[in-house]
Amino acid sequence: MNASTPRGPAHRPRHGTEHPTENGTEYGTGRSDAARRRAVFLLATWSLMAREMLRFVRQRNRVIGAIGTPLLFWVLLGAGIGRSFRPPGLGGSMGFMEYFFPGTLLLVVLFTAIFASISVIEDRNAGFLQGVLVAPVPRLAIVLGKVLGGAGLGFGQGLLLVLLGPLAGLSYGIGQFLGAALVMALTAMALSAFGFLLAWRTDSVQGFHAVMNLLMVPMWLLSGAFFPASGAALWVRVVMAANPLSYSMAALRHVLYPPMVSEGLGDPPLWAALLVLLAFTGAALALAALQARRASG
Amino acid sequence: MTSPAPSPQLAVRPPMIAIEELSFRYRGRRRMERVALDGISLAIETGELFGLLGPNGSGKSTLIRILATLLTPAHGSVTVAGLDAASRPDAVRRRLGVAFQSPGLDGKLTVEENLRFQGLLFGMRGLPLERRISELLERFAVAERRHEYVETLSGGLKRRVELAKALLHAPALLLLDEPSTGLDPAVRLEFWNTLAMLRQAEPLTVVVATHLMDEAERCDRVALIDHGRLVALDTPDALKTELGGDVITIEAADAEALAGRIVQRLGVHPRIAEGALRLESRDAMALAASLMAGFGDQIRAIRLGKPTLEDVFLARTGRRLVDAEPHP
Repeated sequence: MNASTPRGPAHRPRHGTEHPTENGTEYGTGRSDAARRRAVFLLATWSLMAREMLRFVRQRNRVIGAIGTPLLFWVLLGAGIGRSFRPPGLGGSMGFMEYFFPGTLLLVVLFTAIFASISVIEDRNAGFLQGVLVAPVPRLAIVLGKVLGGAGLGFGQGLLLVLLGPLAGLSYGIGQFLGAALVMALTAMALSAFGFLLAWRTDSVQGFHAVMNLLMVPMWLLSGAFFPASGAALWVRVVMAANPLSYSMAALRHVLYPPMVSEGLGDPPLWAALLVLLAFTGAALALAALQARRASG
Repeated sequence: MTSPAPSPQLAVRPPMIAIEELSFRYRGRRRMERVALDGISLAIETGELFGLLGPNGSGKSTLIRILATLLTPAHGSVTVAGLDAASRPDAVRRRLGVAFQSPGLDGKLTVEENLRFQGLLFGMRGLPLERRISELLERFAVAERRHEYVETLSGGLKRRVELAKALLHAPALLLLDEPSTGLDPAVRLEFWNTLAMLRQAEPLTVVVATHLMDEAERCDRVALIDHGRLVALDTPDALKTELGGDVITIEAADAEALAGRIVQRLGVHPRIAEGALRLESRDAMALAASLMAGFGDQIRAIRLGKPTLEDVFLARTGRRLVDAEPHP
């Protein structure tokens, strides 16, 4: 037999017969089809998100690390610098411990949401991602499921810290609590989507850590979590204005403290801060989905 | 989600897979391109167990990834169950079960959770999903381990769970990329027995990419792939018959020297592979007798056998399937 002419009916017309089972299921019209697609989308998103959470809970060292690190930061920094520190422009009405609280919240959300996106790299290297990519699921659902999973973890831990706040002498009402929850949820989504965007292109966990240290630590330091923009040099203030985390920080202060605090620090209004966060989240998600559609594992 | 009953007129049905003039290049650094597939055309019938046999880097894994809709070919077309893989990937994905070389299971989830996750991704849920999970766990004899974390399972068990996962949504086509990687021979045998049992239970087309000739031997038809090209395609028996006659394998202390003497004395040209001499002959018995008579003192062992697919590959390409030693 000649090698170049394999057996079997290889030369059929390209646009040949469809399989009989195809009719009705693929091109079904009307509401049922749209409903089915929506169900597929939601099921896939939900299951990817749930898996992310389940994995987290089952790795106890991750749980301990994610909660312990920011708590330690808060207590040590607050206790150490607390006495000598007075935020500028507030006339000494607020201690460093209090000033640092929103920053600590941000740090918890930041750490957990960003490091949760390492699972994208792990999934790819382990071969798990390939299995997900061959499922008949819209790529946006895959992105959304992973991003929501990471965001949920960051959000959950931020919430935990807000609940612990009163133990450290902070007092806030239900309105402040819900406001902080909303801002943290938005921030977690923004950071998780950003992390996903970067993790998708990275093939090693070490590389991801390097990039994250390069980006995330300065982002956090220049968010107003550590020092307010009002007293900083002009170029630092420009960088802080371009930093999406600054807006999380501003929004958190808006919802947690009386209006005079935000005014004193020169924060943008709450609605503007939330809008910037929303835009950042939307952009990161759109880019991530686009990226996932183009190169599939 | 059930497959259609096999139609009595098999010949009228379109092939499960039709590949025409398929080429694929990987884009590398500095605009360097690497050709992975070069003008491949072939058709795989419904219900076939089809082998893609070639050494590592031959392009067979690329072909599997294109069939699995993970890569889109630049040239040529691929249809699965009559559906164009490039333009309708989701429709193809619904009919496809894939087990890649690296296991796609989550070690932190239990066996059952892994399967449930897969089901949800394929839009299954509720009682039908739970029933299907139980059915497959029973069939693959892993029901007792359903609540154990996958990371605690042995390699063989993982492979079975992987198969169950790939088949959960009752696909018409199963793609297996190097299914025996990391399995010891006993487990490998068990895997193939499971697969055979499975094909009796469900109407299933299976495509296996492998570099192991004994795996390819088990297939209905085998495509030999080398450097991205289709070298030969036929049943294992037909491929071996084409070689003409039987194969003599000789083990000797100094294979090179012996080969030289055999060429001088008998005028036949042995190939040296893995330190042993190989000869094909229509009258292998007579040749073996004269070899023993002439070089008996230099021969450690002489074997007479039917040719293997490894012999076929060697004869067609001049290369071996497994590179045991680096070539100079």
